[in-house]
Amino acid sequence: MTPSVPQPVSPELPVPGAFSTAEIDVSCRLPLFILFISAAIWAVIASVFGLISSIKFHDPNLLADCAWLTYGRVRPVYLNSMLYGFCVQGGLGVGLWMLARLGATRLSHPGLILIGAALWNLGLTLGIGGILAGESTGIPLLEMPRVAPVLMFVGYLVIGVWAVVTFHHRRQRWLYASQWFFFAALFWFAWVYSTANLLLLIYPVRGITQSIIGWWYAANLQVVWFGLTGLGTILYFVPRLTGRELHSHHLSLLTFWMITLFGCWTGIPYQAPVPSWLPVSSRIATVFLIFPLLSFGLNLRQTMEARASNFFSGLALPFFGAAAAGFFSATILRTGGGLLDETGLLALSWFTPAVEHLQFYAFFAMTVFGGVYVILPQLTGLQFHSPRMVKLHFWLAVIGIALLTISLAVGGIVQASRMRTQSGDFMRVVQGMLMFLRVATIGDLLLAAGHVVFAINVIGLVSRFARAEAVEAIEAATEDLYATGAKS
Amino acid sequence: MNYGPIIFLAAFLALATSWFGMVLKPTEQLGTMQQTNTVPGGALYPLGRPGLARQGAEIYRANGCAYCHSQQVGQEGSLARLVLSDLGTNQAAALRAVSAAAELSESDSRQLGSGLPRDLFTTRDKERADAAAKAINGAGAKATVWVVPIGPDETWGWGKRRSVAEDYLYEAPPMPGVLRVGPDLANVGVRLPDPNWHLRHLYAPNAVVPKSPMPPYRFLFEKRRLKGQRSPEALAVPVETGYEVIPTADARALVAYVLSLRQDEPLFDAPFTAPEPAPASTNAPGTTATNATTSATATNGPAAATAANPPAKQ
Repeated sequence: MTPSVPQPVSPELPVPGAFSTAEIDVSCRLPLFILFISAAIWAVIASVFGLISSIKFHDPNLLADCAWLTYGRVRPVYLNSMLYGFCVQGGLGVGLWMLARLGATRLSHPGLILIGAALWNLGLTLGIGGILAGESTGIPLLEMPRVAPVLMFVGYLVIGVWAVVTFHHRRQRWLYASQWFFFAALFWFAWVYSTANLLLLIYPVRGITQSIIGWWYAANLQVVWFGLTGLGTILYFVPRLTGRELHSHHLSLLTFWMITLFGCWTGIPYQAPVPSWLPVSSRIATVFLIFPLLSFGLNLRQTMEARASNFFSGLALPFFGAAAAGFFSATILRTGGGLLDETGLLALSWFTPAVEHLQFYAFFAMTVFGGVYVILPQLTGLQFHSPRMVKLHFWLAVIGIALLTISLAVGGIVQASRMRTQSGDFMRVVQGMLMFLRVATIGDLLLAAGHVVFAINVIGLVSRFARAEAVEAIEAATEDLYATGAKS
Repeated sequence: MNYGPIIFLAAFLALATSWFGMVLKPTEQLGTMQQTNTVPGGALYPLGRPGLARQGAEIYRANGCAYCHSQQVGQEGSLARLVLSDLGTNQAAALRAVSAAAELSESDSRQLGSGLPRDLFTTRDKERADAAAKAINGAGAKATVWVVPIGPDETWGWGKRRSVAEDYLYEAPPMPGVLRVGPDLANVGVRLPDPNWHLRHLYAPNAVVPKSPMPPYRFLFEKRRLKGQRSPEALAVPVETGYEVIPTADARALVAYVLSLRQDEPLFDAPFTAPEPAPASTNAPGTTATNATTSATATNGPAAATAANPPAKQ
């Protein structure tokens, strides 16, 4: 870049020929309503299943006579509906809005994006039903049986193509960092999802190669897709909400390159039964994740003038602060676990779900919540009925995820060390975990309550908007009647 | 200047490296894998599952057993265990060689003649054990180096060696697992070979393993009213009077699958020395009483054997 060019450090620079924000928001309205409402509903569904799976540790006899609700089906249903129903869907909605706003252009073909969202949700519903009915493929995070991922992939492509077209038609030619982040993520998910489904479900490869591809996919979804989309969202919304400039464009690009370079190589557990170069390269890549952590942390710290209290203003900003904290803790635990786990026991303990929850919930889901809380008032021109409900959701989510992840991470470390030092009766190790799982259930409960509050907030605002629109439309349609009525 | 396409291309390449490294290369390296041979032994490995066990894998997959049970054994390293089995004809020379190689004290080496085979030492240094074995064998005696994998999983008794890619050749899909809520099942067919134990455990885990948090899989069983004689298939579990519990075909298939889980063959990639069957009779001097103790040490694990004979420092 030549020195004469200013760094694009502000999300919204004036540009000739730009569409007004009102025009952009009108174009985004319908698809984003659908994406956000479905995401909120999926979050509630996910937490119901999450709670069931969590409570089964307290009483294994709970719902045990129903094959559909056995732990091994409920657990993947929870993770799939949370990841694909809430995280990916909500992230797409937030990302589309960022692309339109940053490009100062209208969203292309909102009607087709709506169809894409419908296909995604249809596929997901079929897939979740398939898992419950016992049709799971048995590959973690790719459990949904064959027809579901095809529908979801087509839906994703439809959304993705019009996102790319929107990006292409941007009026603002300077690219803000978030556009890189989201654009790369958009493209990469299509690649990893199609590769994984083709090689695992449609033309399955042999033996343990299936697991390798499954691990590669899961890491790319969680580290790369969530990492790029979530960090891009934070880098966009934090300067926007605080009215500051992003500290450094170049640092954010460093974050981008480090995630694309190293994030995609993570994921193979250290003791996996595969040729050893695979877990070794994964381990090295995991350690290198410290670089995006440092560059992003520094950037955010300078932008916020090193004050965490600056995050506590407004309704949405705290969500982004919590998301940044979630990203830091997820990456530190992931890197630390990768470095210190000599035996592979930690990777097979409750530590792994803790890191995953930090990544997809404490980090990513929080950015989506924050994004929705910024975007919906813009789209509707209305404020949330009760700001307290938003704050309530924030505290439920933060305390819930903290309880869940801290108890599971500590429990995982305890489990791994007991498995290393003790021997004899394994049931004692299992029993020792139950206390941590009970604390985690309280976390699950708070998260579920948070999702209900979130759904009430989202659906409440959209329905208030729809009612106002409907009243207006009816008034407009019946205007003649009144006029003629008055005349006669 | 518009850097967009260049940036896009660079990001594309960065991400694509992982596709080449983690999808294409493993597919090339492992996707064409064939059956291998056990070492030693030379038998084909792995063998396909029988039909019922293959149906059982579907039940295992459908009910998500892999969310609580892994099927992969780790290993931290191996110990080399030097076992002396025969002193040969020139006992004096052999004894000298053995005590030199194993650094035995005077009193220890005097007892060597009785109680064969016996452990000389156990070490992490395989080369040292090999050199000692070579020296001893050169003197006309017979010593072999045993490879004993060690690690927490081996200590828990979950496997004799680490799992390797070959073990999963016929798994579709392989289910190495994500989390150990319960014990590892890679070798459960070796560890718990009784199908009735598994059936009772599936029906009521608590009744078989006290305080187990495993959910019961009662939907794999049929509880029906007793009609006359108790069915020979009925499960020996506590049930209300007038009823009996019959495993469904699914339960039987699942148990057949679980019993087929075994990774207990030594392979080139994952060597270990299986204890040979105890010799029925040896031509070594000694009474029948010493023979009995001999076979006891031979079949015991390394811990028991080394407890009797303190090994040299590792």
